[in-house]
Order: sequence, then structure tokens, then C-alpha cells
Amino acid sequence: MLSRTADHLYWMARYMERAENIARILDVNHRMSLMPQSETQEEQAWGATLRIMGLEHAFHQQHAEISADAVIEFMVFNPNNPGSIRSCLRAARENAHAVRGTLTSELWETTNSTWLKMRDYAPAALHDEGISEFFEWVKFRSHLSRGVTLGTMLQDEALRFIRIGTFLERADNTLRILDVKYQLLLPAGEVEGGAADFYQWSALLRSVSAFEIYRRVYRDLITPSRVAEMMLLRVDMPRSLARCMKEVYNNLRAVSNDHSAETERRAGLMEASMRFGRIDDIVHDGLHNYVVQALARIQDLGNRIANDFLVPVSRLEPQG
Amino acid sequence: MTVKAFYNEMHDDKGEVRPHYAAFQAWLSEMPAERITQKRAEADALFHRYGITFAVYGEQVDTERLIPFDIIPRIIPANEWATLADGLRQRVKALNLFLKDIYHDQEILAAGRIPREQVLGNAQFREVMRGVDVPGDVYAHIAGVDVVRAGAGEYYVLEDNLRVPSGVSYMLENRKMMMRLFPRLFSRYRVAPVDRYPDMLLNMLRSVAPVGVTDPTVVVLTPGSYNSAYFEHAFLAQQLGVELVEGQDMFVDGGHVFMRTTRGPKRVDVIYRRVDDDFLDPLAFRSDSVLGVPGLLGAYQAGRVTLANAIGSGVADDKSIYPYVPEMIRFYLGEEPILHNVPTHMCREPDELAYVLENLGELVVKEVHGAGGYGMLVGPAATRAEIAAFRDVLIAHPERYIAQPTLALSACPTFVESGIAPRHLDLRPFVLSGEEIQLVPGGLTRVALREGSLVVNSSQGGGTKDTWVLEG
Repeated sequence: MLSRTADHLYWMARYMERAENIARILDVNHRMSLMPQSETQEEQAWGATLRIMGLEHAFHQQHAEISADAVIEFMVFNPNNPGSIRSCLRAARENAHAVRGTLTSELWETTNSTWLKMRDYAPAALHDEGISEFFEWVKFRSHLSRGVTLGTMLQDEALRFIRIGTFLERADNTLRILDVKYQLLLPAGEVEGGAADFYQWSALLRSVSAFEIYRRVYRDLITPSRVAEMMLLRVDMPRSLARCMKEVYNNLRAVSNDHSAETERRAGLMEASMRFGRIDDIVHDGLHNYVVQALARIQDLGNRIANDFLVPVSRLEPQG
Repeated sequence: MTVKAFYNEMHDDKGEVRPHYAAFQAWLSEMPAERITQKRAEADALFHRYGITFAVYGEQVDTERLIPFDIIPRIIPANEWATLADGLRQRVKALNLFLKDIYHDQEILAAGRIPREQVLGNAQFREVMRGVDVPGDVYAHIAGVDVVRAGAGEYYVLEDNLRVPSGVSYMLENRKMMMRLFPRLFSRYRVAPVDRYPDMLLNMLRSVAPVGVTDPTVVVLTPGSYNSAYFEHAFLAQQLGVELVEGQDMFVDGGHVFMRTTRGPKRVDVIYRRVDDDFLDPLAFRSDSVLGVPGLLGAYQAGRVTLANAIGSGVADDKSIYPYVPEMIRFYLGEEPILHNVPTHMCREPDELAYVLENLGELVVKEVHGAGGYGMLVGPAATRAEIAAFRDVLIAHPERYIAQPTLALSACPTFVESGIAPRHLDLRPFVLSGEEIQLVPGGLTRVALREGSLVVNSSQGGGTKDTWVLEG
């Protein structure tokens, strides 16, 4: 398949996944803010969402104060913020548009109508409907697009690159969510949070649709290290780092070319380290450090995938 | 403006419904008005969801508009179509022979049937094509010939589009839409199917592969997703099951053309290009073009890759060459033209210019190299000031213009704000030339939605209709 086509498919999937994750993060915060908490706590929590996406700086160029309304405007509707849900859905649609002939018509129409609806969403309407409804909508559009992808696309390279985009993005987002919340809820030195943090931890789990899973898997109290274990190492947890890396690795192997051996090796190494890793070791060595390193490895994989498959494999000089 | 009496596709002069529209008229009168309104809204919503849109030049890049779709079909009886199809095949055959001739022996020029300077001095004549052999001697692989009906109903060819004619996706999508909206209507009519077109196109493209290539790789070359016809490019690539490439996806190495894929370079044999000549190769044509492939012309001249349509085809559809097409048919085929040409005044001839200036109010004046309904004057519809302004331009650059009588284009009942009213239309059938010359029974019917308007181009607010050729 054309490298450029693969590139568009990969980014289409990444942007869709990113939109979903932003919705998840914001939704959790929104729900938290409905619970009794001090203004400082609330401000910290909204600030943390910006930090998760690395958009604190960009935010402060447009807004002086952190408030729920300002962050939601910035992260949902702001067309000048490339990280807003609106911008992500638009970018997903633009990428789909560039390769619409490669997509099944169902997938194209799904992506296109998601954008058309987003484009026409008036911020005012959210106040009546409730912002949580909107976040649900974003999540379900993403579910739909994934479902349509799996339900209609031929199992060929196109599908592989879409899957790689989805899981690489999800791995990145899961790590960021875990890291920021972990730091916020468990300041340095503390090992376990108190019972008062139950809502905070359960909210974190809910943001990755893992609250119910946690109950089934552990049948026990929510503890920070189990939350970390679930989000990092449980391969049966669909949004965990381990699951994401397994998907990235398997899909990479399916599109393997003459240049990609090293990329596959690195993906495989990371996948294996998740498989054999122990949460106690990770917590002992410092979760934050672990996450920082993992994020760097994911970024490295992204760059390597771009070099091996997406930006042209060989750029021979044209002859006259 | 008052257009002279025009031919009404649906009703005869006495206001009676023509026989081939009778069943449709009966069906329409049975349909409750609100159901029609609902179906029309449904069509719009579907076109939006499918993203069957086009970008309008001069507007913001992300402005995508729908081409208005009218649910009253344009119906063509079998016998009319048979003649029309014969005429189109004859015409396209002659045009291909003309292109081969002028890039080789130039017999038609030697015989004095067309003034030499008209051809060789034409901006669309490509010197680089002199002596270049193309597979099957086919130049205009895909022709979109614009046909109108005038007078008492006779068909005229308005122009032969041989460069990158567009619109075929609408022919196919309009039919799908009609069948989706009104499936039962199709049980009342035997409408000839058009959905074979992509198959015919693919077979044709494969048949003109470079000599010796048995399993050719075909691609569609698009200027990109911001081009006004991008939907069609993507649609055709998908229907053909081939890659949709941009110039940046290809490169020339060792005289061959390759595309960059996730598994390394892959040879390309046939390029259905939807990019104009000027932008195909920055080394040969416009050096500022980022849409083309450096070195493509060399590979093409060496016969390593086929371009459809051929470079230099535009000279045959140029408005200054148009008046000679009947002569080409006589010269190359020894036949009389089946379809009429519109009488054309060449403003570069002083006496013709004088006539044109004298009669601006009755004529349609077009730019020789113009397309898309831009830069033209429709005399009967123009204001005095517009005519005066155009007169100055014409006097300054007569060679850039031709003039034709204002044809009373036929009209077909169409949904408009005030209800149903006749609107003028044209027809663009798509003719494919490979080992043989073929066309599917149908085409794109464009309709001018403003009352009295004769300009059907979508860039000028025109709409489309499904075109039904009835089976005999």
C-alpha cells in the first residue's frame, strides 16, 4: 500500500483514539468536580488534565485562570488548540478524507458524520444537555468507528496500520493518565492512599473503563499499586499498556518489511517486559520514572514506524 | 431574459406528456407532496453523509458544497440514444485519429483541411509529443462530450472534453440515489444500467498498458484532497480497486515510474491522471508544480508508462479547433457527421469579429481556452453594461474568443422553490477508447437551476439529474 495512505490511516486512528481519551479524562474530572472538594483541589485537578495532554503552556497563552469552564472550552471546542476534541475529530476526518477510497464506505461515513456533528455542536447546547452526555457521545463515536473498522475492513495492511495507530495512541494516553493522577493522589513518600481517596481512585479506574473490571479481577479494596498494575501489566485489560503493546507488536509483525526489523525488536522487547514485569518492582523503582521511560519508548516507536513505513521507504533521486 | 421557444423534454408543444414520460408523470401525481419533500431532504442528507461534495474555487479551502440533485430524471428513449451513441463513437474515433495525425504525419494539415497555424500555434499543442507512439494509438481514452438539445429536439455537440473530464461519479451516484429513494419507480421503467462503467474503465486502462506488460499496475493520479473533483478521484480509484496516488507518491528511476509503498517501490504502468498537462512533470512543464512527478515525461515518451489521457490531447478539444471536427470526421472516416456542431464564429477573423460585435446581444461568447463556465458572456442574459465591458475585452483580444448563437437549450421539469418548472439542461456522456470505443447508456445531466439560465456548470450553481436511457 502507498506509504502516504498508510500514514493517513495511522493518523486517522490516532486522532480518533485521542479524542476518546480526552473525553474520558475530562469526564472523570467533571464528575469529580461534582463532589465536595476545595477550590484548590478542583483547580489542581483541572490543571492536571492539561498536564496529561502536555497543554498547560498553550492553555495559559489563552487563559489566565484555570477553571472548569475555561479548560472545557479549551479542550473541547477550541479550534486553535490542536489538542482539542474538535481539532482531533477534524484531523481524523481530514485524514480519512485523504484516503476515503481505501476505507469502506461505512467507515468513511462514520468518520465524516462524527465530524459534521462535532462541527455543528454549539457549546451552549452542552449546558442544557449536560457535558457528560457529550463525552459519552465522543466515546461512543470512537467505539463505533472501531467497531465499523473491525466489522467491515479487509484484514490487510490498511487495517494493520489503523490498529497500530489506535494502540500506540492508547498506550501513550493510558500512561499519561496514570502518571498525572498518581502524582496528584499520592504525593511523594506516601505508599498507600487513605480511604478518603476511594472516589479519586475509582474515578481514575472509570476513566479507562476499568472500575468494573477491577472488582472482578481483585475482588478487594482499591489500592494504588493494584490500579497501576491493572493499567500497566494486565494484558487482559483492553486499555492497559501491556494490551496496547501486544497489539502494536502483533500488527507490526504483520506489516514487516526489509527495514523494520529493529522496530519490531523494540516493540517486542517492550511487550515482553510488560509480560514479565512485576508491579512491586515498578513501584519500588518509582512509578513516575517508569512512566517517563515508557513514554519515551513509545515516542521512539512512533518515530521508527514513521521512518520504516510511513514516510517514504526509499527516496531515490529522480533522473532527468 | 426571454429564451426563444425551447424543446421541453417532458411535454410536447400542446402540453401533452410525451409517451416516455407518461409512466413517470403518473407516478409523480400519485406521490403526496410531503413525501416528495421528505425524499428530497433525505437525498441531501445522504449526499452530505457520503461526503459527495465538491470544493468551489475562490471560496475557502474547507468549503465543501453539495451539487443540488433533482429527483425528476432526464429520460432518453432507446432510439434517440442509439443515434446519439453512434454519433459520439464516430466523433471520438475521429478525434483520436486527428491527435495521432497531428503528432505524426500531419496529413490533415498537408491536405489543407485545417489551417496549419490553428493547430501548431495552439497553446494546447505539445511539441514534446511529436513522433511519440502511444499504445493502440489512443490519445483521448476518456472523453466527456457535452451534448445539448436545441430547436425541435436535435442534438448538438457543445464541446469535446478530452483533458480530464469529470462528472462520471455523479452519473453513478445519482443512479444509486434514485434507486435508493424510489426503488418502485424502477419497476415501471426498463432503465439501462450504468454501473458497468468502472469495469469498462479498468479493462480499457489495462488494455493500453505499455507493450510487453501483461499484468499492469494501474493508478489514479489526483492533485489532492483539496481539488474540486477529489471526491470523484477517490471514488474511481475505489471502484477500480487501484491506488489513488498524488505526485509526491511517485518517482522515476531507471526510466520507469514507481510508487512508494509500505513495502518499498512498486512499478506503475498505467496512470489515469486527473492532473492537467502543465502540472504533470515539473522538469518538462511548469517547474513550480508540486502535483507532478519529475521525469514522468521522459518515461512516457520512452513508452515505459501510459498516461490516460495522453499529453497533448487538449488541442483536439480546444474551442478554436472545435469548428473543424466535422471536417475531421469526413477526412479520416469518409463519413458525414451524425451529430451537429454548433455554428461557431472565430473572433480572430476580422469579418467574423465584426459580425460578433454587431450581434453581441444574441450570441454566447466563450474564451477559447476557458472551461467551467467562467469568463463567458451569454448575450441575451447580459445587461447593457456587461455587454459594453465585454466588447472592450473582445476588441483587445479577439483571438481569445469564439462566439456561437444562443441555443434554445431543451428544458426538463425540475423542482425549484416555486414548485416544478422547466429548467435548461445538457448531457455529458462518457466515451471510453481502448481496443474499441465504448460508452455506457447514460451520462451526467446537468441542469441550470435559475430560471432562464443556460449555464449548467456546478461551479455556477448548476444541479444534476439522473439520466435514464430506456431499453428498447
